[in-house]
Amino acid sequence: MITLKDVYKIYYMGDNEVRAADGINIHIEKGEFVAIVGQSGSGKSTCMNIIGCLDTPTEGTYLLNGIDVSTMDENELAEIRNKMLGFIFQQYNLIPKLTVQENVELPLLYAGIPSEERHERAKFQLKRVGLEGKERNYPSQLSGGQQQRVSIARALAGEPSVILADEPTGALDSRTGKEVMEFLKVLNEEGNTIVLITHDNSIAVTAKRIIRLHDGKIVYDGPSDAPGAVVNSNVSFEDDPLLIKKREEARLRDEEYQRAMANGITHEEFDAYYEELLKKREAERAEAEASSENTESPFVFDVDEGGSEE
Amino acid sequence: MNVFQCFILALKSLATSKIRALLTMLGIIIGVAAVIIIMSMGNGLTNELSDTFDSLGTNTITVSVSGRGSSRSISPDDMYEMAQENSDSIKVITPTVSVMGSARIGSEGYSSRITGVGEDYLTLKALEMDEGRFLNYIDMAENKHTCVVGAYFNGMDAFDGEALGSYIKINGYNFMIVGVLKNQSDEWEDDGSADNMILVPYSTAAKLLSRTSQISSYTVLARSEDTITAAKNAVENALYKAFEDENAYTVTSMAEQLDSITDMMDVMVTALALIAGISLLVAGIGIMNIMLVSVAERTREIGIRKALGAKPRHIKLQFVIEAGTTSTIGGVMGIILGVILAQVLGNYINLECVPTVGTIAVSFGVSAMIGIIFGFLPANKAAKLNPIDALRND
Repeated sequence: MITLKDVYKIYYMGDNEVRAADGINIHIEKGEFVAIVGQSGSGKSTCMNIIGCLDTPTEGTYLLNGIDVSTMDENELAEIRNKMLGFIFQQYNLIPKLTVQENVELPLLYAGIPSEERHERAKFQLKRVGLEGKERNYPSQLSGGQQQRVSIARALAGEPSVILADEPTGALDSRTGKEVMEFLKVLNEEGNTIVLITHDNSIAVTAKRIIRLHDGKIVYDGPSDAPGAVVNSNVSFEDDPLLIKKREEARLRDEEYQRAMANGITHEEFDAYYEELLKKREAERAEAEASSENTESPFVFDVDEGGSEE
Repeated sequence: MNVFQCFILALKSLATSKIRALLTMLGIIIGVAAVIIIMSMGNGLTNELSDTFDSLGTNTITVSVSGRGSSRSISPDDMYEMAQENSDSIKVITPTVSVMGSARIGSEGYSSRITGVGEDYLTLKALEMDEGRFLNYIDMAENKHTCVVGAYFNGMDAFDGEALGSYIKINGYNFMIVGVLKNQSDEWEDDGSADNMILVPYSTAAKLLSRTSQISSYTVLARSEDTITAAKNAVENALYKAFEDENAYTVTSMAEQLDSITDMMDVMVTALALIAGISLLVAGIGIMNIMLVSVAERTREIGIRKALGAKPRHIKLQFVIEAGTTSTIGGVMGIILGVILAQVLGNYINLECVPTVGTIAVSFGVSAMIGIIFGFLPANKAAKLNPIDALRND
């Protein structure tokens, strides 16, 4: 149903290359309930935009129902979104000046379905999410949970192949959030394919399968009840700035230790000696800084000093 | 998503911000109203003018003889003869001599239009006698001191309703009133206007009252509208034969004059309407501005619609129709306001100011077009929005 093959999404921010999706391979079968999980910046939004046909990959192919959508133009993508995808957003994204009924009818309107059928189908979906009798209300007259149910009804109205839920509980309190998740579970049991995008592990476990992303790469793909699903085992801290700093400090200390030993300072004396040394270095640096203020081009000097520090 | 649904949607979106919609429309309303008022007044003036010309007789031709560049002359008898020869196109002809002078009744002076005319003047101007008789051939031939006066004179204190048979002193000569005309206008202003006139035999006028004894102008009545040209040609031929110089006379038909005056009026009214039309252009820019703001405000809505499957053209159509609806409603309001104001103004200046159906149709069309044209740029901007960025917008 959904097949992402070697998908890359690369942005350029100035000279920097940002790989929001870095060789992603995903295959999702019909009737699955998949959660795509990751921290912010992990590339899950990019992934969701590509799966949702809101964006096309820089490289790689995306097959939706066997159709290659990775090279489609704007109009074709709009049609695919309309016919095959149902969106549930964090902020509900209902149009405030349309009634609940009209909001649910919106995807059907763009599909060119005649008004009689539109009314029927929208009514049916609203009944399904338990909002019968609220058709003439405006979104602002409903609670958050009710609004999210309207957006679920809207996602269902077009009878899509895939329901894409982007942080569907993000704006809800935990109780209503739970209700919404239960409802998604029911929808999945009825045979709907659901792709859930979230950063929240407690929400993600509702899904049967979890795909965890980190830095644009898949770090876990498996059942949600397996041990690796929730714990982020594959993450390396190699490029953690705090870690790098600590390591560098340790390296410098080692160097000084070797030097101190050669100069006949004992192991017991070293701690005090090193403290003294650091203080002395600090004082020197302060002095250098003070003198740098007198130079005509402090900026250049600053750069030099920064270099010497490393 | 068809045009009708877009239209309903546009009305809804206008209804949610009524004051803004009204302010946006204001430019169109004022512009269209101004155009309607100007066109109505132009229309009223043109109608009034042609009415006036009709009452003067559109079949009349005026001849003015200056005799410039030629020592020859043409006598009234020659002109009468010419008219006789061309009686299939010319109905009647009369010499006209305007008299510079004043009339006195007893010891009181009056200012009045005094004209020396021939016996056919009555027919030519379609005047009717109230009492007495009109000037006749004998009056002309014998240079009699007789005159016919307008109905205004009957109402004067000096005559006490019995002007007939009394005397009027013109430039020192006594003229007997032999006839009184029926009144032409119902209301008399202070000077009596159309009914304040004295008609004397042209021969007498030329001899006694005019500065030159030459008779220099004639009025010719063509048999019908169709013979105006023939009559005019006949007159011109006769005059050319007499003077052998085209500069010695001028012949103009009322129909021609009316045409040239209405042409001039049309040009003037069109120019004024175009100036008023500039305000429509400004109004269009106003609409464009508001639509751009509206697109910026509704970025999220556009994102939602796109995510749900709206194609760029759907979004474009929605915004173009919204702009078109705004300007069309403004246009209709402007037309209504313009018609009402034209009426009020018309009543005030005594002119029937009603716009033509064409003017209303054009105003309606132009205002709709303005919205569509100026809505196009904002609509395009909306259609081009990236759905991801649009959805992220707050």
